[in-house]
Amino acid sequence: MNLFNWEWVGRNWDAILERTWEHVYLTSVAVVVGTVLAVGLAVVAVRRRRWYGPITSVANILYTIPSLALFAFLVPFTGLSTLTSEIGLVGYTLLIIVRNTVAGIDGVSQGVSEAADGMGFTPRRRFWRAEFPLALPVVMAGIRIAAVSTVGLVTITSILGQGGLGYFILAGLRSFFWTQIIIGTVGSVLLAALIDMALLGLQRRLAPWTRRQAA
Amino acid sequence: MTDRPLLEELRLFLSDPDTWWGPASIPLRLVEHLLLSAAAVIIAAAVVIPAALWAAHRKRGVVVATAVINIGRAVPTFGILVMVVVWLGLGPWPALVALVALSGPPMFTNTVAGVLAVEPAVLESAWGMGLSGRAVLWKVELPLALPVIAEGLRIAISQVIATATLAALAAGGGLGRFIVDGFAKRDQGELLMGAVLVAAVAVVAEMVFTRGHRRLLPHRR
Repeated sequence: MNLFNWEWVGRNWDAILERTWEHVYLTSVAVVVGTVLAVGLAVVAVRRRRWYGPITSVANILYTIPSLALFAFLVPFTGLSTLTSEIGLVGYTLLIIVRNTVAGIDGVSQGVSEAADGMGFTPRRRFWRAEFPLALPVVMAGIRIAAVSTVGLVTITSILGQGGLGYFILAGLRSFFWTQIIIGTVGSVLLAALIDMALLGLQRRLAPWTRRQAA
Repeated sequence: MTDRPLLEELRLFLSDPDTWWGPASIPLRLVEHLLLSAAAVIIAAAVVIPAALWAAHRKRGVVVATAVINIGRAVPTFGILVMVVVWLGLGPWPALVALVALSGPPMFTNTVAGVLAVEPAVLESAWGMGLSGRAVLWKVELPLALPVIAEGLRIAISQVIATATLAALAAGGGLGRFIVDGFAKRDQGELLMGAVLVAAVAVVAEMVFTRGHRRLLPHRR
């Protein structure tokens, strides 16, 4: 049995690049939209505590639903489309980012908030200029976990006719061709590692004071 | 998909006697799904939790545990499942092997993390009281680590139920079959019912586990 066929990789290099790009695209859209939504929800949860329970419960239920089921549920309504994939992928990012954002903001010391008040910051300015930047490392940790999980989940959207590198996993399953399965799986792992490192770099730029403990 | 309205397709699927009785019926698929998931979790827990307890007790496995957490998150379960199926062939047994392999890591990492999180002072006083290594593990480390271990078990259970759904793509049984067949036959009724059933099983399993957890460990939150 020939496990890995380099010649196939050479012949299909363009297709591999194209699918890699699709993978990056599906992941990025989901993570960006998920982050915006989740941070918004977290801000609501921080300001109005009684919303925290319901918001995380709904996010938790979404997170619990197996991805194949969530995609299948959406198909009769949104079809075999990118929209279907993205709704599902965004749904899975919410819980982790909301939880981390709230934890990050809660972790900001009272002294900082009081100092900001004392300097005459409006509550809005206090939040965006003092509390949120200090919460950023924890928020970014959540975004990184969400991004890495999303890279894995994207492979399942191959059943909707997309899937990025997951396309090769599904194709390899149908033809029992190892090279495709390995390209899809290993490629997806490498992509996750790259995206994680990129986000770590971004975090160090946005919050340079965390350079030491972040890793 | 098809041109028939969704409700019509749902009605057709639900009024088909095969949906309720026989080899491809909802009750049978449900039993398959639950048996496959339960078997995988029990086998993995029986192997992994004792090994992890021992490793953490001996203060080994920390590096492995963190590496497994980081890599594990990035490995697509779909890819692993397909690899095992292509390696061992189609059918329920390869699916079981894949599920066992996938439910091991969260249990391992949580067990190790739970034991390592026991405060050094507590351990020192346990040793100081003259407890044997075995007693330290059973009477101090294990009880204190239990909530974290239980959390690992919960993660493993919900992951196994999700992956057992994917198993239908490759191997056969379980509720995922309705989703896979629904896609293949372009039958939106079957697809939607499959999705609802799988989601319901996952959510109910999570609720049952959380309840049981609170009952068994009432002194935690």
